[in-house]
Amino acid sequence: MTILVQFAIGLLFGLGLVVSGMSNPAKVLNFLDLGGIPAGTWDASLAFVMAGAVAVTFVGFRHVLKLAHPLFAERFSVPTRNDIDPKIVVGPAIFGVGWGLAGFCPGPALTALGFGSTSAVIFVAAMCAGMVLARFIAKLQSSTRIAAPVHPLES
Amino acid sequence: MVATSFTPIASLLGGVLIGLSAVLLMWATGRIAGISGIAARLFPPYEDREFAGRLAFVAGLIAAPVLVRLVTGSLPAQTIAAGAPVLIVAGVLTGFGTVWGSGCTSGHGVCGLSRLSVRSLVATLTFMATGIATVFVIRHWS
Repeated sequence: MTILVQFAIGLLFGLGLVVSGMSNPAKVLNFLDLGGIPAGTWDASLAFVMAGAVAVTFVGFRHVLKLAHPLFAERFSVPTRNDIDPKIVVGPAIFGVGWGLAGFCPGPALTALGFGSTSAVIFVAAMCAGMVLARFIAKLQSSTRIAAPVHPLES
Repeated sequence: MVATSFTPIASLLGGVLIGLSAVLLMWATGRIAGISGIAARLFPPYEDREFAGRLAFVAGLIAAPVLVRLVTGSLPAQTIAAGAPVLIVAGVLTGFGTVWGSGCTSGHGVCGLSRLSVRSLVATLTFMATGIATVFVIRHWS
């Protein structure tokens, strides 16, 4: 039951990506192309995607988070950190370059797989490799921090 | 570059569907609809038992255009201009950066901004800035 519900929620998200035009990298790149404003090629549509999504989520989260617990879980798992560390700048900075190169962010790239596009398969495979690499390095760093004081000069 | 038309109504409607999905996922599972986080946790190391649910969510994402084609008989335009080498570099940067920065357009841009998270605001402004700069360099520095 939980699985079916999560499939349906993912489907709804994917429909939003298709309907909004976010699953079309050309539209994303034309949105990011502020240099295209003078020539009239700038496509402002994605600002409307963000506006619609943020407005609904802003109101919806307020109501949902008042509940005692989620439908299928014991508690809400909402991020609580508010510190600005280097990772919260460096990570998004790297992601933005990738986004600007191909016009894909993770959601639309996954949905693009359903269009039957070979390019999407290549992008998603590389994206998964990048994700695994980042998790591997993060794990390595956290274990190095524990091991580091033992032999600080050997690394 | 390929010209695209301004679609404020369809984009707003699509955005509303994305927002509804994020709210429903929070209501059902108590979790943020951050696609990079959901996708990255399909790979080891596994920290919880939510694998099947995450896989179902991603399957739903992929099934959406299939459903649209079944119901309407066609799909909206999708133009991927980048060739394989650029797609590979872009994919690795996107995968690495979203995990390193704990989120992407959905987790930070939609869910985080809605929760008035300072970290998500910093993240969103940063990837917007480097995304805009990258497109600017590619298209206008010649």
